[in-house]
Amino acid sequence: MAEKRTVRYTINGRSHEAYIEPNRTLLEVLRDELRLTGAKEGCGTGDCGACSVIVNGKVVTSCLMLAPQADGAELITIEGLAHGGELHPLQQTFIEKGAVQCGFCIPGMILAGKALLDSNPKPNEHEIRQAIAGNLCRCTGYTKIVEAIAAATGGVA
Amino acid sequence: MHRFEYFAPESLDEAITLLKEHGDGVKLLAGGTDLLVQMKEAGLHPAAVVSLHALTELRGLEFDEADGLHVGAATDMATIEAFAVVRERFAALADGAGVLGSVQTRNMATLGGNIANAAPSADTAPPLVVLDAIAEIAGPDGSRRLPVGEIFAGPGTSTLAPDEILVGFHLPTPPARTGSVYQRHTPRKIMDIAVVGVAVQLTLATDADTIREARICLGAVAPTVIRAREAEEALTDHEASDELFAQAAEMAQAAASPISDVRGSAEFRRYLAGVMTKRCLGIALERAKGA
Repeated sequence: MAEKRTVRYTINGRSHEAYIEPNRTLLEVLRDELRLTGAKEGCGTGDCGACSVIVNGKVVTSCLMLAPQADGAELITIEGLAHGGELHPLQQTFIEKGAVQCGFCIPGMILAGKALLDSNPKPNEHEIRQAIAGNLCRCTGYTKIVEAIAAATGGVA
Repeated sequence: MHRFEYFAPESLDEAITLLKEHGDGVKLLAGGTDLLVQMKEAGLHPAAVVSLHALTELRGLEFDEADGLHVGAATDMATIEAFAVVRERFAALADGAGVLGSVQTRNMATLGGNIANAAPSADTAPPLVVLDAIAEIAGPDGSRRLPVGEIFAGPGTSTLAPDEILVGFHLPTPPARTGSVYQRHTPRKIMDIAVVGVAVQLTLATDADTIREARICLGAVAPTVIRAREAEEALTDHEASDELFAQAAEMAQAAASPISDVRGSAEFRRYLAGVMTKRCLGIALERAKGA
């Protein structure tokens, strides 16, 4: 059973499959097999959140999920947020607020923000900070990221 | 990660058979937030991994006034924290499930995994102990029930046999005028491991602030989570007051036998156990009055 098997995902509304050994993480399959390189590997142990993706509606660290565990799941990755050349509101406000510096954490940060807004469309600053507590940024100091998420709700943090 | 055989059984019997067949080299996978870290960083190389994710009967919560609360062992922390009855009637569990890790961790980590790993700092262990939770455990010879406190044998070791699986937890409905709380101290606000964790449940008399029953459980100050029984007895049948809580906190502090490590010295942990017990007694009292 260590042999390769086929895993199937619906990613950003499209069907994908990969033929993999079971010791691969979801992150590795997304990046190395499916060439969706928006999710990043920072720590590899679930602490930094750079690998965050949304699996069946919940934001998870894909570095701590075995690829076969997510077999059959619906995924949203950063590649699925813009539609027809139009940016997602969070992508737009991250640009407008200057919330991006080196950018490595930003795909995970935006997906954590999206998971928050999907369940709580009008979060306060405390709720925003809690929602991105699992996403490390070493550049910005978080202030502008928090402002960007708040701006995407139409509110002010 | 090293290579391993991977199984995703579709029944509990099949899962137990796999555990039995593969003996010592097999690991159960639930949320993965501890297991995968150990496999990547701590030199754990299981020959086989048995994933519980296809066993939907291990997930979910049910509450019935007469029967109490049932939580499936593979229920994730976010689902537990969001369950209205848990927040209202089993607040210590909502506190523990809500403070563990990050949003991402809580979407993956399971209650059964947090208990089976038997870390003395596990954020849901003191809550389950003060809430009088009984674990349901399935094995090759059928199932057995065990108070959660008896699962822990030492840091990272449990009394579960290698071919047993935690199936769920049963929590009795708390009596009227009962309040519970879990708090922990961590140097960072989030994404940290408890230096000290304290859970308290108080039940008050119907018409006065006399304590009818008190339960105190301390985490991260001994090889397993521990009850502060002397403190519980000192509180029982006495009227709640600051002086009484200070006495009980001193007794809880005396019950702690912590180690020194990178997160804090033994002396600091013992002191914190007292401070936090007193603080938690105050919160549990307020919650009991409101219940």
